[in-house]
Amino acid sequence: MDDGAADLPAPYLSADAGPYWRAAQEDRLVMQLCYGCGSYRFFPGLLCPKCGSDEQVWGPCSGQGTVYSLTMVHRAPNPAFRSIAPYIVALIDLEEGPRMMANIVGADRLETAIGDRVKVCFEARGPEIKVPQFVRVGS
Amino acid sequence: MLRNKAIIAGAADSDVGKTPHMSGLALNAQAAQRALDDSGLSLDDVDGLITAYSMTEPYFMLGSVMAEYLGIEPTFCASLTVGGATPGAALHQAAMAIAAGEAHVVLITVGENRATGQSRNDAVKALSHVGHPAFEMPYGPIVPSFYALIAQRYMHEYGTTREQMAHVAVAAREHARQNPAAPAAKAIEVADVLASKPISEPLNLLDCCLISDAASAIVVTAPDRAGDLANPPAWLLGIGQCHTHEHVTMAKDLTQFGSATSGAAAYKMAGLGPADVDFAELYDCFTIVPIIEAEELGLAAKGAGGQLFESGESRIGGRLPINTHGGLLSYAQAGASGGMHAIVEAVRQLRGGEGLRQVAKHDIALVHTEGGVLSSHVTIILGRDAH
Repeated sequence: MDDGAADLPAPYLSADAGPYWRAAQEDRLVMQLCYGCGSYRFFPGLLCPKCGSDEQVWGPCSGQGTVYSLTMVHRAPNPAFRSIAPYIVALIDLEEGPRMMANIVGADRLETAIGDRVKVCFEARGPEIKVPQFVRVGS
Repeated sequence: MLRNKAIIAGAADSDVGKTPHMSGLALNAQAAQRALDDSGLSLDDVDGLITAYSMTEPYFMLGSVMAEYLGIEPTFCASLTVGGATPGAALHQAAMAIAAGEAHVVLITVGENRATGQSRNDAVKALSHVGHPAFEMPYGPIVPSFYALIAQRYMHEYGTTREQMAHVAVAAREHARQNPAAPAAKAIEVADVLASKPISEPLNLLDCCLISDAASAIVVTAPDRAGDLANPPAWLLGIGQCHTHEHVTMAKDLTQFGSATSGAAAYKMAGLGPADVDFAELYDCFTIVPIIEAEELGLAAKGAGGQLFESGESRIGGRLPINTHGGLLSYAQAGASGGMHAIVEAVRQLRGGEGLRQVAKHDIALVHTEGGVLSSHVTIILGRDAH
């Protein structure tokens, strides 16, 4: 995943997620923390889906999580991903609560299993943008 | 409360498979013409029109385009987009319009030339857009990946096996081979599914539905027309919806879905329960899906959906025949067409006379349509008679 990652697609940038991508560019994972109910939320949005509050702050996340599910992709959607196939697409449950999708990267990525502990890292997608990724830290 | 308020007067599919000589609109018109012929009604009777969407011919106002193509001027018209659940949602809309007296004969037509209207790579690319553009697509999932994530978690929690999933594909193929309208295909065994090309683990090629050219249409009207139709109608006894998310990342749980809610609503409206269902047409875009749906809809205990297929109970001739036409896996799937083929098949089976694949008991049918990533659900209960 490290070779040629810059050719992999950049995310679509929505105004909802500006602080998320700016933090990622500095190798930090942040998510919206609701003032109303104290819960972290993801995907970003104007209102908290738990309590409806529009008051929130972008709070730091530990970047520690657990693999909830995963799939090894063999049939890649385009040439950039084909060049790194097979690769792992996983759903990760963060310590703070939210679930997010990412690739598991690192030399042992293809050994990933449900329940593995993972931690965030960041991968450049062009000069201006980085996306969160995860590496295994234990099973 | 829509029980006994609407009937499906006619139902038909276009030619399915590869039809490079036909546009997507033409496939829809062919299905519409056949459904109207099947009902004994004509385009002149149609005052309502509902369409789905088209990836290959992405018109901005597909409902209006279809009306124009058919040469009709309906007084109720819409195009709906809830993925594979669109046919169910359209039937719900049609029944509500009819029950409210806002329309009397509603034509619903869905489908597109997904096989030949674009290259295979384009098809994969277009379908990928069910993924979130910021938080999913940068990680390279394809549509099967979203369902593979569900399958993997389901296997982990409930012990559902790859072999059980393969049985879903094997049964679908066997049923399709008894369906004269299905594309010709050789019989397959569990070992063939397990040995087919890996796509996104644990899903192999034969765990994934077809990509077809196909359209499908039904004519929905009020029970007061039941006497002057060309064929016996199917009665809408119950229908229910539930929409819980669109993106798989946002699903609260990958083992519990909105189908339990949509199913409960449909059963309640019908005054029936799972034990009353004679046969079922379940959405089967990937082999894990009808296993989950059977459980969520009470047709199998939680965790026992795989056994329903593995045991042969889901075969024609079994206790609860499922996907008697061959499903999306072995009959046809083109955009929103898959769920409508299921409705068409249910209507035919309820009437009886489907030859080799006719189910023995055919009073009550359950159809489940699903869109997104088990995101949007519509459950439909149809009866041979009012209930």
